[in-house]
Amino acid sequence: MILDSIALSRQQVDGDTMIVNLGPSHPTTHGTLRIIMELSGETIIKSTPEMGYLHRGVEKLGESLRYQQFIPLTDRLNYCSSIMNNVGYTHAVEKLLGIEIPKRAQQIRVLMSELARLGDHIVCVGVNAVDIGAFTAFLYIWKQRETIYDLFEMATGQRLHTSFTRIGGLFRDLPEGFVPATERFLPECEAAIDELEKLLTHNPIWHDRTKGIGVISAEDAVNWGYTGPCLRAAGVPQDLRKAQPYLGYETYDFDIPVGTTGDVFDRYLVRVEEMRQSIRIIRQVLARLEPGPVNVDDPKITLPTKDKVYSRMESLIHHFKLIMHGMEMPVGEVYSATEAANGELGFYLVSDGGKNPYRIRVRPPCLPIFSSFHEQVKGFMIADAVAVLGAMNVIAGELDR
Amino acid sequence: MIIEHIDAELPGTVTDRHAFRGDQTIVVAKASFLPLVDFLYREGFQLLVDITAVDWPEREQRFDVVYHWLNLASQERLRVKVPVADAEAMPSLTSRFKTADWFEREVFDLFGIPFEGHPNLTRLLTWQDFPGHALRKDFPLDGGDAFCMEGCTAPYNNGERG
Repeated sequence: MILDSIALSRQQVDGDTMIVNLGPSHPTTHGTLRIIMELSGETIIKSTPEMGYLHRGVEKLGESLRYQQFIPLTDRLNYCSSIMNNVGYTHAVEKLLGIEIPKRAQQIRVLMSELARLGDHIVCVGVNAVDIGAFTAFLYIWKQRETIYDLFEMATGQRLHTSFTRIGGLFRDLPEGFVPATERFLPECEAAIDELEKLLTHNPIWHDRTKGIGVISAEDAVNWGYTGPCLRAAGVPQDLRKAQPYLGYETYDFDIPVGTTGDVFDRYLVRVEEMRQSIRIIRQVLARLEPGPVNVDDPKITLPTKDKVYSRMESLIHHFKLIMHGMEMPVGEVYSATEAANGELGFYLVSDGGKNPYRIRVRPPCLPIFSSFHEQVKGFMIADAVAVLGAMNVIAGELDR
Repeated sequence: MIIEHIDAELPGTVTDRHAFRGDQTIVVAKASFLPLVDFLYREGFQLLVDITAVDWPEREQRFDVVYHWLNLASQERLRVKVPVADAEAMPSLTSRFKTADWFEREVFDLFGIPFEGHPNLTRLLTWQDFPGHALRKDFPLDGGDAFCMEGCTAPYNNGERG
């Protein structure tokens, strides 16, 4: 009995349909999630996503940590673009505190966020292409993500789990050589995006596999709670960087690409264009980057620098007090949203005046998008489900928290 | 802005309100919640951004169910909080907002708040026979007994908040 698969036993009972598990461990699920599909031949009759395999109780853990201590946990939400989660969370705490960070810190946050968006879209587009069978495009674009990780390593000391921001600013200023390295990277990345487009955008096989798959109307997309590239592909020009600017995004010159049908092909086009727009923003940041402090001038918030912590007793105590004892927080509740690579990443913080947050809620952008999965693939082939799943860019770490 | 509209159109709905750091919050009673949702939808608050809850164990109405709406046309946000007692059901919004489906399942899973009229109210993140509801304040942080996980009564964090 144990050796009999669920699929076989079900088939014997019903005779006509077949149950197939996609996941929990499957290369196209991008993490650990499971989809139970009922198939008639290769056509999907019903699909039931099952999630929670990566549920680590991040929100519960947050209630027992100081505000600063929660930052490393945000790395593990969307691990493809962890800096954007750092930025989103610290932005929410800064809103709760009612402080504004220095200009240079804002610029560096924008710079790192756009690099992360570039990296995230490279993962999404490249892996989506691999899942459908276009392996070459993936290899061409993947090299650029390695360079982005090298840049992250240079600035933060970590490739994946960056923990780069601190409440009130940044962990440290950009190291020497970071700006020239980024400047060298940008034309290379542009060339790689051109190559990617040459391989995919006018490729008839790519068209066959992506056009008309996962179509969604603008109205439905809003009703399903879509945000980010998937919503824009459906024709709604909603981007928080333009609509509700933060970190000085209103001062940068960039465009919001919008699709028409919301299908996998439109999502691909929107993401590719967003990569170009991100490069545009990065160039503007590099042009206007001015020297200055990267943390607010408030010893009750800002941590002392590492060289002082390691050499002066007072700074060590100061650092210890801020991390272990925590900061003074006002009583109140805020919801702060930033435009992450997948869509609106929201943090809802409730403070009762204690040193820990009373409640931290992470609003993951891909949860509402993934919840529409069964409607998106109903009546399509099993191979189309893989294309839709890739284009949704479901990141299990963020989905399950 | 929208709150003045609500006051004019549905007088007596808002029982409490506050604005903090630019966020507008209203508290409404459960009985007047569905008419309010209909009104908000007509006014353009069509993107239901999030549904979550906050547990206040010492309160008589223990939970705040928190809804965040966004008006795409005016980019105005509104937070609506509905206090409910333990085991008291909230009306489900799944017929109006498809996105409410999973959000309500998650709140049911982690807080144990039932939603009336939900087509498939099962746990979303934890497994089906998980004991207790993880985000309640009286659920232990370490998950209790690692093997049988029964009788989750120990106060979280040894009963102390920092």
